[in-house]
Amino acid sequence: MRALWRPATVGVAAVCSIVSAAGIEDGEKRSGFDFMTPETQALQSDDMSNPGMLWVLQGEQLWQQAEGRADVACAGCHGDASQTMRGVAARYPAFDEATERPIDLAGRVSSCRAERQQAEPLAPESDALLALTTYVAHQSRGMPITPATDARLAPFRDNGRRLFQSRIGQLELSCASCHDDNWGKRLGGSAIPQAHPTGYPLYRLEWQTVGSLQRRLRNCMIGVRAEPFAFGAAELVDLELHLTERASGMLVETPAVRP
Amino acid sequence: MACSALTGLLLAISPGVGEEAGSYAVTGDAIMEPLAGGKGDPARGAALISDRQRSLCTLCHSGPFPDAHLHGTLAPDLTGVGARLSEGQIRLRVVDMKRLAPNTIMPSYYRVAEEEGRRVATVWRSKPILAGADIEDIVAYLTTLKG
Repeated sequence: MRALWRPATVGVAAVCSIVSAAGIEDGEKRSGFDFMTPETQALQSDDMSNPGMLWVLQGEQLWQQAEGRADVACAGCHGDASQTMRGVAARYPAFDEATERPIDLAGRVSSCRAERQQAEPLAPESDALLALTTYVAHQSRGMPITPATDARLAPFRDNGRRLFQSRIGQLELSCASCHDDNWGKRLGGSAIPQAHPTGYPLYRLEWQTVGSLQRRLRNCMIGVRAEPFAFGAAELVDLELHLTERASGMLVETPAVRP
Repeated sequence: MACSALTGLLLAISPGVGEEAGSYAVTGDAIMEPLAGGKGDPARGAALISDRQRSLCTLCHSGPFPDAHLHGTLAPDLTGVGARLSEGQIRLRVVDMKRLAPNTIMPSYYRVAEEEGRRVATVWRSKPILAGADIEDIVAYLTTLKG
């Protein structure tokens, strides 16, 4: 069975980098999908072979499962996720009234679990949290990323942009050093993509599992020999806010597959 | 170019763990004198160049090194660099390329950067990327690449 959905593959043009601090022009935006080999692309595009679909299936089960002292399932309040969760991931991170801060999708799942289900928290990068987040995000597959317009998010998004452009670590490199200024070139043997978070949580062949955007951001920080932000850190959500604005209009791919 | 023809003395910040990172003199766009203990060993330099964990060189640079399919394309090919640049010019470019091109992505291998706000991981803090003797080995090897 072939998936009906495929990412909008913009012809694999000879990807030349633009040297500009201003970022990437709309017409130049490319999903990480476009930098992959045809074999890895095929792995993502076919739901029967996409390993990320196992987390979607697990998430679907957990969605129905009553949890916590409230003994209620996600479905108990939210009903049919294919209806109620459609488009939600495309506009996250959102402003969280309770903490007066932006919150990412996994953070929302965790807070709902604590507040509504009154259940024990799920650890960052645990299979259950990834499965639920992947299942919810999957309901937006094929929809354009449409960042929330809440004005209260602006200062956090600005901070995310500042972090993206800040040189860190012993190697003194910023996210922008590679992903704005040198995308399309190769680091070691690997193509440098534009760092659009279109497919998270995603299955990374290097990880042999599904992982979050935060895991990926931490990997890059360790790569430049910086102290990574902790899972759940405010800075990582701020970075995601900037990244989703940068990727605005690109299509959600969850669960993506990446090398 | 940031440097004048005058010789300036840079005092590198002392890096904690017994690594010497002393002072060095910049003449024009070169460092004429070895950083530590005389000339390096080209054979050791050749091995270090290809060490993707320690020197990181081939993550960005290609050149006449093993495993060409793993070379990066972020930086100039080093084939023939020994014919294009003098030993002293190569040494400064490894030690502190930012002195010549402040916005370069080339890390400064022998300069302990201003660490305020940079979140340098604990194990790397207050240390240069490579020791002076390692850099001399790399410089000795690169000068042999005549084309």
